[in-house]
Amino acid sequence: MARSNKPILWLPFAAGGLVAALITPVLILITGMLVPLGVLHLPYERMAAFAHNPIGKLILLGIVALPAWHAAHRLRMTAHDLGLGSGFAVKAACYGAALVMIVAGAAALLAV
Amino acid sequence: MSRRPYVREVRRAWWLGQPRYVVYMIRELTSLFIGLYSAWLVIGLVRLAQGRTAWEGFLAATSSPPAVLFQFVCLAFAAYHSITWFAVTPKAMPLTLQGKPVSGNVIVAGHYAAWALVSLVVLIAAGV
Repeated sequence: MARSNKPILWLPFAAGGLVAALITPVLILITGMLVPLGVLHLPYERMAAFAHNPIGKLILLGIVALPAWHAAHRLRMTAHDLGLGSGFAVKAACYGAALVMIVAGAAALLAV
Repeated sequence: MSRRPYVREVRRAWWLGQPRYVVYMIRELTSLFIGLYSAWLVIGLVRLAQGRTAWEGFLAATSSPPAVLFQFVCLAFAAYHSITWFAVTPKAMPLTLQGKPVSGNVIVAGHYAAWALVSLVVLIAAGV
């Protein structure tokens, strides 16, 4: 059977699409509206405690990494649709940006 | 390779010709804003790891007018992503229950219910 690397790209893409659909809007609502309006305060102790907990770290990483990967994969496909080709530059720009974000997020979570 | 493969020319603006293609592009464009907002969250995590002063600086930054405007646009695209993502779920993952196909409306409604539940849980966890 021919082996394909597509599932490796596709599974986190689908998971990221679902996470982005379910969680991202409420996160934007919090950081972009409820905090600016003063409804929510996200105190440091509470956030640091959540990020300190191993399960909290996993949740935060999933919330950031999966939608980032979803966006990278989808933007790559859209670049192809726009006639920008599917060469190395497009792949490097899309997946590279996502990887930088995922590594930076994971490093920050490990450091908390 | 013996000869150059034929590459069909793609007009950059092909999708402007028909409303349904424009809607498709808007749907795909949502991922740009999902990605940009994810980057904003990464900055938040980095600031959180740097300590209290840095975190409070991030909260001030996320409350600044440009950040609020940016996130308002992100929210519009993110909500559009959710709606379009849920709309295709019956086709992307059809379900059968005891041998009978589950109605597409039920699958979509289930996703909206999950959206409401997850949003509520996140708001409560955030301290509403």
